[in-house]
Amino acid sequence: MFDFFFIIEKLILISAVLGITLFIAAYSTLAERKLAAFFQDRIGPDRAGPFGLLQPLADGLKFLFKEAIIPAKADRFLFVLGPSLSMLAACMACAVIPWGPDLMLFGRTVALQITDLSVGLLYLFGLVSFGVYGVMIGGWASNNKYSLLSTIRASSQMISYELAMGLSLIALVLTTGTLSIREIVLGQPGWHWNILAQPLGFMIFIVCAFAETNRVPFDLPECETELVGGYHTEYSGMQLGFYLFAEYINMFISSAVMTCLYFGGFQMPFIASLGLPQNVVALFGVVFFFVKILMFLFLFIWIRWTLPRFRYDQLMRLGWTGLIPLAIINLLATAVFQLCN
Amino acid sequence: MFTVYFPLLMLLGAVLLFVVATMALTHLVGPKRASVHKHEAFECGIPSQGDARTPFSVQYFVIAILFVLFDVEIIFLYPWAMEFRSLGWTGFFEVALFTSVVCLGFFYIYRHRLFSFKK
Amino acid sequence: MSDIFFWVFSVMAVVSALSVVLNRNPIYSVLSLIVCFFSIAGHYVLMGALFLCAVHIVVYAGAIMVLFLFVIMLMNLKDVPEFVSKWWHFGAAGAAVAAMVFGLATHLFQSYNPRVIGDMQLKPIAQALFTTYAVPFELSAILFLSAVIGVVALGKSE
Repeated sequence: MFDFFFIIEKLILISAVLGITLFIAAYSTLAERKLAAFFQDRIGPDRAGPFGLLQPLADGLKFLFKEAIIPAKADRFLFVLGPSLSMLAACMACAVIPWGPDLMLFGRTVALQITDLSVGLLYLFGLVSFGVYGVMIGGWASNNKYSLLSTIRASSQMISYELAMGLSLIALVLTTGTLSIREIVLGQPGWHWNILAQPLGFMIFIVCAFAETNRVPFDLPECETELVGGYHTEYSGMQLGFYLFAEYINMFISSAVMTCLYFGGFQMPFIASLGLPQNVVALFGVVFFFVKILMFLFLFIWIRWTLPRFRYDQLMRLGWTGLIPLAIINLLATAVFQLCN
Repeated sequence: MFTVYFPLLMLLGAVLLFVVATMALTHLVGPKRASVHKHEAFECGIPSQGDARTPFSVQYFVIAILFVLFDVEIIFLYPWAMEFRSLGWTGFFEVALFTSVVCLGFFYIYRHRLFSFKK
Repeated sequence: MSDIFFWVFSVMAVVSALSVVLNRNPIYSVLSLIVCFFSIAGHYVLMGALFLCAVHIVVYAGAIMVLFLFVIMLMNLKDVPEFVSKWWHFGAAGAAVAAMVFGLATHLFQSYNPRVIGDMQLKPIAQALFTTYAVPFELSAILFLSAVIGVVALGKSE
């Protein structure tokens, strides 16, 4: 039962995936600041290393060596639990993402996916709903009025947009007929990407992804003009770092999920006709997958420095009376279309 | 079963290790200087008044209940979405009826302006 | 292997369920209940009921517990009057619980037979839900409707 090589293989894969996730999340903070500087005609961070390339490292070390203040009135255990849960939920999502086609190494077939759950989509949906707890617990435990306000705002926002997200995923399941992320990716070879079958569903999904990751124009939870710092007003040191970092990890993971669900994941057009060995195809697939992810990350950053933020009543109105009815219409229309064919 | 869930457990272990170790490390290496004002809740520089344990607008509660209702509806739709080809038009009309009844409730709430968030 | 996990999840479920009842702080009670739900979800995984596990996590741990936390945060009851119980309250409650647990245990241990249902049982669930039990399924929508009316009554009475 215990396959030694299997465990070694998975250990290497898990460390690589976690490492790459943390690395890209760290460097997307630098990309964010560099691009913001570009949009605002500034230079941006350039002190730490050449072109500021060591800036994420410097930030991380600074978070680590700062005092992690716990306010006197806060609930100490829950105060530390909040950011930890946020980080946990963010990191666990990378389990079901297929990072590339199978590799052939030493006569073994190595799947570049930590685990292929047959209910992968539901796993992701469950993690999204679990992510609310990190914000709720941390903001409540701070015992600060601004944090409480922002927590309640943030969690209502997240649960509202979760619904439209779930509905758009069901429309996707209607076209793919599977809940496994790997099978969804394998079902869109060449240019047969799901975005062509589900354009409206993708639009709803991407808006919800922005709202779930608390990115502009949905960054009401961190709305500094009204709520000081948002739900993490009282946080400092690595505890704050976890909240901020979890946001970037979520951004990376949701880019990867959008790529897998709607843009063919690691599938690369025309590569099958070249007749390359399987490992080379796999490597090209991984690279192409990451190119698509980086384009989504750029979109996240681009929108942040382009659009202003919503007002809270506009945000709730968009979620409940805009996206949810639209998602239901999309769902029923997809079903009719599929049944007629 | 082993090949599917054991990697998930390993990932959970790795992430837990990372989170706990980092949290412990930051509390060990960071300085600790106690001060009354620093440990007070931040309220924009003026002395803080009371605490944040006060009752709050009930409108958010409405949102939370609605969320539960729609979440249950969404979960009901997943088995149908997996199997809607073999269920055919009968299944579609069942789901359409179900969804329209839920939407009726949704419309009822909309008419009572519970989404407006304005006083 | 799955026996070890069975015991781990069972102990987790019982300990967290006890902590739900014994904690004085309602937030900790809710968090313990979430842990309890997760350990029950673990049992579903052991039985191969993946969809039920997902439902359990998304609906119970993800939605209903969020509602509970919301209620506790929004109400924020600070001064709950301490409920002083007489000894016979404890006695009566204890006897009732003991009788119930005994009844359940003797009944369940005779018929309880956990087995692996199969990796993917969405299809049988869908078939049952939309053919055999179609009428109860539609009736549950009416149940939702009544809940919505209750919500509006609550929201309006503010």
